[in-house]
Amino acid sequence: MHELSVTENILQIALKHGLQAGAKSVTDVHLVIGALSSIVDDSVQFYWDMVTENTICEKAQLHFTRIPAKMKCQNCQQEFSIDNGPQPCPSCGSINLRVSQGEEFWVESIEIQKEE
Amino acid sequence: MASKIVPIVEKIMDANEQIAAVNQKILDDHNVFAINIMASPGSGKTSVILKTIEALRGKLRIGVIEGDTAPVTIDADKIIAAGMPAVQINTGGNCHLDAVMLNRGLEQMDLNEIDLLIVENVGNLICPAGFALGTHANVVIASIPEGDDKPYKYPNIYRGLEVLLINKIDLLPYINFNMDYFRQGVEILNPGLTTFEMSCRTGEGVQAWADWLYAKTKRS
Repeated sequence: MHELSVTENILQIALKHGLQAGAKSVTDVHLVIGALSSIVDDSVQFYWDMVTENTICEKAQLHFTRIPAKMKCQNCQQEFSIDNGPQPCPSCGSINLRVSQGEEFWVESIEIQKEE
Repeated sequence: MASKIVPIVEKIMDANEQIAAVNQKILDDHNVFAINIMASPGSGKTSVILKTIEALRGKLRIGVIEGDTAPVTIDADKIIAAGMPAVQINTGGNCHLDAVMLNRGLEQMDLNEIDLLIVENVGNLICPAGFALGTHANVVIASIPEGDDKPYKYPNIYRGLEVLLINKIDLLPYINFNMDYFRQGVEILNPGLTTFEMSCRTGEGVQAWADWLYAKTKRS
């Protein structure tokens, strides 16, 4: 699966910002992941423990904020979950829809330890 | 020691997207129009490419970059046998091509000698959708035997594409495939998507797709 490439990207981002901020170590990494991203949290955690070895991110805790996928009807403005797959608007039956959330895929923040 | 929160908000795929932009610049500098073909294994990716080469022979110079998980050159060999340059990228077991891999592939392809670059991604409906390559259009091939529920089960791959090819339509009489249900799922995810129904076996519908591709390539 592609979790390994994704995890390496997360590490690069955490390292870059951690070093810029003068971190001695990174203790926590906060991720925001939309449901449309097809990423398995456990796999990312598994690879994370591997790829962070001997870096300032070693032992850092990953935190996932999951955003459910939703669509918004362009006809009646109803917003509804598509966790069970895309479907016509449950209110008016229209298929004129747009994804309103669930595409989020970013590193929101890191927590670091630095010398006083 | 002091704790500190460092706000970031950086897209996880940002590095890949930056290299994809570099790839697109390389292609544009050589006046090459490039498409990224994504589909499940067995949907007919290589067959579609061979039919496309046949339909455009003498009109466009075509190069093909083949993404494969294993160093098996079956697909690349078929392209070379059809008289077009092919480069094989072995992903080393990885489930998708990414922008860095395509960048390496571009280095091996003489871009001055082609007008159209066809990239055949690894057969997979999930992972390739997450990795931009820098091509100009994403193409998905769906095939009738895969079933009519695929847009509902793999919504991501149907969202970021410019053209959908529905292959193996000669099998419609034999398979329980509800075209209206399939197309409704596609329309929800990608309104007004350009779609061509075709059969590589009978040749039906291939010309319409080739004409679209020819027009796009000439305009670029």
